[in-house]
Amino acid sequence: MSNQILERPKSLTQKQFHYCPGCHHGIIHRLIAETIDEFDLREKTIIVQPVGCAVYIYEYFDTDVSEAAHGRAPAVATAIKRVSKGKFVLTYQGDGDLAAIGTAEIVHAAARGENICVFFVNNAIYGMTGGQMAPTTLPGMKTATTPLGRDVKKQGYPIKVSEMLAPFEGVSYIERVMVSSPKHIIKAKNAVRKAFKYQLQEKGFSLVEFLSACPTGWGMPPVDAAKWVEENMTKQFPLGVYKEVGLDD
Amino acid sequence: MRVLMKGTEAMAEAAIRAGCSAYFGYPITPQTELIHYMSRRMPEAGGVFLQAESEVSVINMVYGAAAAGVRVMTSSSSPGVSLMQEGISYLVGAELPAVLINVMRGGPGLGNIQPSQSDYFQSTKGGGHGDYKLITFAPSSVSEAASMVYDAFDITEKYRHPVMILADGALGQIMEPVSLPEQGASKPSVKNWALTGAKGRPANKIFSFYLDPKGLEEHNLHLQEKFKNIDDEIKYEEDISDDMEILVVAYGTVARILKNAVQKLRGEGRKVGIFRPISLWPFPESALKSASMKAKQVFVSEMSYGQMLEDVRRIVPDEIEVKFYGRAGGVVPSPNELYIKLKSLLERGV
Ligand SMILES: Cc1ncc(C[n+]2csc(CCOP(=O)(O)OP(=O)(O)O)c2C)c(N)n1
Ligand code: SF4
Ligand SMILES: [Mg+2]
Repeated sequence: MSNQILERPKSLTQKQFHYCPGCHHGIIHRLIAETIDEFDLREKTIIVQPVGCAVYIYEYFDTDVSEAAHGRAPAVATAIKRVSKGKFVLTYQGDGDLAAIGTAEIVHAAARGENICVFFVNNAIYGMTGGQMAPTTLPGMKTATTPLGRDVKKQGYPIKVSEMLAPFEGVSYIERVMVSSPKHIIKAKNAVRKAFKYQLQEKGFSLVEFLSACPTGWGMPPVDAAKWVEENMTKQFPLGVYKEVGLDD
Repeated sequence: MRVLMKGTEAMAEAAIRAGCSAYFGYPITPQTELIHYMSRRMPEAGGVFLQAESEVSVINMVYGAAAAGVRVMTSSSSPGVSLMQEGISYLVGAELPAVLINVMRGGPGLGNIQPSQSDYFQSTKGGGHGDYKLITFAPSSVSEAASMVYDAFDITEKYRHPVMILADGALGQIMEPVSLPEQGASKPSVKNWALTGAKGRPANKIFSFYLDPKGLEEHNLHLQEKFKNIDDEIKYEEDISDDMEILVVAYGTVARILKNAVQKLRGEGRKVGIFRPISLWPFPESALKSASMKAKQVFVSEMSYGQMLEDVRRIVPDEIEVKFYGRAGGVVPSPNELYIKLKSLLERGV
């Protein structure tokens, strides 16, 4: 298993990730790329990337990739999936991208039951623009725009995306995972596999939410950041399966 | 075969006949018949129809379909087109072809649902962020609107640059006989850049992001170079003579109304010419300049307080006076109103 993990997935280019030490984006990229390889989907895959720290996905994945305007990946992916026969379409989005500026697009893609996979990286912060409050920022958490900590009386409460989207009939599968330890990475990988299967079996919208560390945005060393995901983020955003309509075998 | 059709419906049918296989829209008056028509016809034609949650989503769906390489169109009216501006800028940056229709209504703000021409600036001067202009054609009859939409699919693919059909509420609503182009004559071009899965070729990437200033400048220089070639698409109609007392300049519905006034004045022995820009960007600059030099004065009329006027003033030599008459807020000038206006200018000029 560990040998396999070290080998570069075919669906990734040779380009080195630019992510900060301890950032979880890179691990999540690998899980998705490995799963594309496992299902032999590289030649059918179209990835729609976010605006956020993952804006360089088009350099990292050796698949067809489209940029989308900030938050609009679900709309772009909807159209690509609907006009392309037999292609595998996924979006990769941060919490600012998906749960703030792109809230309408994700809600309606889920409600319509678009047959796409959404990989949602919740790091409770705007990484790319310098650590501002995200819709997922925890109560009390200090960010560049909540210097005294997020005061729920003034800045409101975090949005729980998995819980919010699961009730839609168009949604086939939603699970919240984290990648803070090898054990959890294996679980997360299984969630990615499942999401893929839901699209391949044309069951409709699937989403995996990754609780993810942003050591830079949080102002923490990588080890502390991973621990912080486990100890604090999971309290606000409990791990688990939020929707699962069932696969054919 | 000529059939009687509304402007909005004729444009929709022309798109389908041009091989448009995806339409995304959001209801807004005065172009709702277009989305109604597409909801029925697109599935019949084997294409994709989707009513989105907003014009913001619409334009990003257009972007996705264009990235996947199919012929795609949307239509809206002024407030909806305002919402699309970020997405249009992305289409330009990523060099994606798409046909957009704006059936203009009165603004600013919610304004009203009556005909207007007050989105000229938005359409021809950029609209969204970044250094670009949108290819813009303005029809003045139902039949012209249909053939314009049909041809727009080839033009947008030729330059990989979006094309806007700038119509107004009057044109959208009137019914006129049209002979529609045949299905199958216009075909989507082969797009080796489109996202179809990286099978037997290197992976394709659609993006407008160039973090390095040198790279972005290079990309912009490439776009500017491309924009120059778009001059090949300049279109106009003129009916002029060598010694005009006045040259009338107008586009769309106003040009059509002015034609009546011009005919009447000619019947009275007046030497009046008319120049109708059909492509608003690229603007028929040299043609207008030489036409204007044959006139004592120039008269511009728009359903706005003078947007195209700024281009006309820039082009017409300084010694020739440019006069303007505009109505806005959804008020369409009547033929008689324009006749009287022209007549008084002519009498003053004598
Ligand atoms: C329309 C628009 N508004 C704002 C921005 C600036 N912006 C870029 S990335 C970003 C936030 C990204 O945060 P998130 O989606 O959480 O991704 P992360 O970097 O944390 O992975 C913002 C606000 C933009 N590019 N476009
Ligand atoms: S800022 Fe945060 S999310 Fe962005 S690369 Fe660094 S650690 Fe990762
Ligand atoms: Mg984030």
